[in-house]
Amino acid sequence: MTNNRLLPYLLIAPATVFLVLLFVVPLVQTIALAFMDNGVASLTNFRKMAGDLNFGLSIGNTFLLVLAVIPLQICMALVMAMMIQKMDKGRDLVLWIWIIPLGISDLAAGLVWLAILQDRGYVNTVLNMLGLVDGPVNWLSYEAPVSLFVGVVLAEVWRATAIVLVILVAGLQLIPKEYGEAAEIFGAGPWTRFRKITLPLLKPSIQSALILRTVLAFEVFAVVYALSGRNFPVLVGEAYAWQHVNQNNGVAAVYAILVMAISLAATVIYIRALRTPPEMQP
Amino acid sequence: MSEATVSIRLRRVMFWSGVAMLCAWVLVPIYLIALGAFGGRAGVFRWPKNLLPWDSGLAAMQAFLAVEGVWTAAVNGALVACLTMLFSLLLGAPAGYALARYRFAGQDAFRMLVVLTRAFPLAILALPLTVTFIRTGLYDTPLGVALVHTALALPFTALVSSSLFMGIPRELEEAAWIFGCTGLQAFRKIVLPLALPGLAAAAIFSFVISWNEVFAASVLTVRNRTLTAYLLTVLAESPLHFRFAGGFLLILPSVIFIFAVRKYLFAMWGIANR
Amino acid sequence: MTGLKRLLAATAFTAAAVSGAATQGALAQETIFLSTQLRPIEEATKVRQIILRGAPGPVTFVVEEPSPFQTRMDAETAAGKRTISMVGALHGELSPLVGSKGLDPVDDLAARARERGVPEAMLALGKLGTDRQMYIPWMQATYIMAARKEALQYLPAGADINALSYAQLKDWAKAIQDRTGKRALGFPAGQKGLMPRFFQGYLYPSYTGGVVSTFKNADAEAMWAAFKDLWTHVNPNSASYDFMQEPLMAGEVMIAFDHVARLKDALVAAPNDYVTFPAPSAGKGRGFMPVVAGLGIAPGAPNRAGAAAAIDHLLKPETQVTMARELGFFPVVKADLPTDLPGGITLLVEGVAKTQGAKDALVSLLPVGLGAKSGEFSKVYMDTFQAIVLRGAPIRATLDAQAATLQTIMNETKAPCWAPDKPSDGACKVN
Repeated sequence: MTNNRLLPYLLIAPATVFLVLLFVVPLVQTIALAFMDNGVASLTNFRKMAGDLNFGLSIGNTFLLVLAVIPLQICMALVMAMMIQKMDKGRDLVLWIWIIPLGISDLAAGLVWLAILQDRGYVNTVLNMLGLVDGPVNWLSYEAPVSLFVGVVLAEVWRATAIVLVILVAGLQLIPKEYGEAAEIFGAGPWTRFRKITLPLLKPSIQSALILRTVLAFEVFAVVYALSGRNFPVLVGEAYAWQHVNQNNGVAAVYAILVMAISLAATVIYIRALRTPPEMQP
Repeated sequence: MSEATVSIRLRRVMFWSGVAMLCAWVLVPIYLIALGAFGGRAGVFRWPKNLLPWDSGLAAMQAFLAVEGVWTAAVNGALVACLTMLFSLLLGAPAGYALARYRFAGQDAFRMLVVLTRAFPLAILALPLTVTFIRTGLYDTPLGVALVHTALALPFTALVSSSLFMGIPRELEEAAWIFGCTGLQAFRKIVLPLALPGLAAAAIFSFVISWNEVFAASVLTVRNRTLTAYLLTVLAESPLHFRFAGGFLLILPSVIFIFAVRKYLFAMWGIANR
Repeated sequence: MTGLKRLLAATAFTAAAVSGAATQGALAQETIFLSTQLRPIEEATKVRQIILRGAPGPVTFVVEEPSPFQTRMDAETAAGKRTISMVGALHGELSPLVGSKGLDPVDDLAARARERGVPEAMLALGKLGTDRQMYIPWMQATYIMAARKEALQYLPAGADINALSYAQLKDWAKAIQDRTGKRALGFPAGQKGLMPRFFQGYLYPSYTGGVVSTFKNADAEAMWAAFKDLWTHVNPNSASYDFMQEPLMAGEVMIAFDHVARLKDALVAAPNDYVTFPAPSAGKGRGFMPVVAGLGIAPGAPNRAGAAAAIDHLLKPETQVTMARELGFFPVVKADLPTDLPGGITLLVEGVAKTQGAKDALVSLLPVGLGAKSGEFSKVYMDTFQAIVLRGAPIRATLDAQAATLQTIMNETKAPCWAPDKPSDGACKVN
């Protein structure tokens, strides 16, 4: 059917045209900017980036953060999604509570966790009430890199797990119950059922969640800066600093291109690794 | 009591305490920002902090709501968010369907394009975008902001709807064809009802993404600011109790919105249990 | 598909029509005033409700952080279509606009400003290295130190708080730490903090008598060693402080250095709890840096006459006095501050007066010829600080490396030395 061969292109056409106009065109202009210095083509901006004090550090920090946050979020969201499935009553309320962070902007989330973790914050108050500390303890300074990192991870997990949860829950409800019931009849335990039935069938949703979260995680910065100031440089934060504080759009563009390249690589890996062949789709 | 019932009870207790803990994990920080929001100047700097809402007041909140132009900005914000919701669904859902149901050359490239929209920090694109918007007259209009927000929300709607459509057995659709439905009829009568709750969820994302976005909303507008842009750009340098009040005030609409549309989110189980 | 298109078109049309109508109707008299200053919500409200109330025409006061401010101005220039008529920003934020053609000369307004007593030197700053008046000075401020009164008991014997040296500041902070266990000294070294100005206007001039030419000399080497030593008594959260008023109010720090506008909240909230005093001195004097915010008009402004009238209103002595009283920014015109200022503002005024009047005061001007490179110029100082003080890099090697970057910036901009560096022919040289 010729109709069928054209149809997918018709379906993606509006979105493609839209993205080309709103994203690709300015992107190309920006990339051109990255390769220019005073109107002449050059690699100056790349050299400036590579020679930057925070360059290596911000790459390391960004990866560290992504590697810590993403697996934690996927696991937590899986557990939460399975809990939701098992629930007979109160499900609506619990789900609503769990997805509340979806509505919280990263700026607000940064504020929330700053209030909790700062010297005179709630964590220290509780520790003080329990008699564990005498006065305010510093958790977020450059002298306490471990607790600073943990704080950033906590804030990120708190803020952005909801989106993974919603994607997984949406995917989970489409898995026919009969599959699990059939497996149960054949004596499969809950863990086996989860591993052999739920997880494979959930793969498309997990893939979407992973791609979106990873891309967003490489872009993390508002929360990090709210909590750590200069102490935990990350890539996008450096891009913003170059654009806003140092007022050099060229170097900022180079940083942004680097972030995009990394996200691109991660996305390709996910698409390859988690491909669901059409014949295996339900 | 038999040993089996005890172990079932125990398991139930463990299950529900797990649920309770996860609820607390989400709610306690929100409670704390509410404390900060209502605690006023004195509460913010107290040590040790008061964990109970004794010294609360409405002063900071009231000051916020009294700022000139807040209500216009709120209307703008809602308008932009609704437009974003509409656009991203209209553009994203068909694309998601194509990604889920067909294999075609350029599929991965398209997927990549969609995802990469989110991979490039928007603020870096602000200059060329703003120039274009000024030239085309989209500058300082809710529509212009909504278009940029749609670009931000599109990856969500496209990918989420594609995984949704992937989960809907294609046999159902094929069966409909056999019974004489056209492709469009089959889609409308079989696939769409199944996917609707998920699509609603995707639309809700779009709304929330737009509501919370600051940078584009502030660079691309002068007078027609969205509420978030109007308040958050000044928030960074306002006193802490104002920041808490502002942060809290901006969380509220999204949370209420999610609550209001929860039945679409929850309708999912209706289908699963049918 | 057609349905979708029609819908899109309809929405586009409605939105464009609505906003278009609003624009046409309002621009006849409205003046849009975009400012990077007075952003905090309480202050912006005061500007709208008090300061601009008496302006001749309706002025819409829109605030913006410095970065979107630059982006917007550049975009409007590139597109050749203006919405903004009038801008208000710091000297350093206005200077990149000269390069990107975002400012229309305002020579016509300079005479009136001069009549009202704006100092000649300040008007000269407003030329931004050109021979035309690019902005009219609007308000001024500077940096001071503030301390909570309970810190005074630890002040080392014989030290005069109004004539502290960096060594005494260190002893003071050390005494507090020894006795209370708290590191009570704070600096605004966060991402949005004004720490670079501390290095450029205070630390470097005080120790080396220069900012650029003396960047890596022996005095500078000794200075960094001393500052690193001082930092052991500084609250480690300083690396994330943007505004010192909050840690002061929270009691997290007891002594702080910052811009007056960024200390104001603490002083106004509890004027009886604080003292204000000048920044410390070292071998070459007591460096201090005045801050000037200016008002400019965009080329092709939709309402140039309205903008000029608004600028005139903002420079009236009575408006300037109101700004001092309400906002803590000081007049640039000749105007006597009333004696009944609120307590916190009085503290600010005293701190500034003591700074300007100090016997060993050493004025450091704002960088003039750096244009768009002023951001990277500040980065040199912050990177040096981060490397040496926060990360423990060797001082000599760091200074040599950063000096090369600094020299490149100077060569690229051809900026001549400015005070307290000695005047130079051509680009300023790092010796």
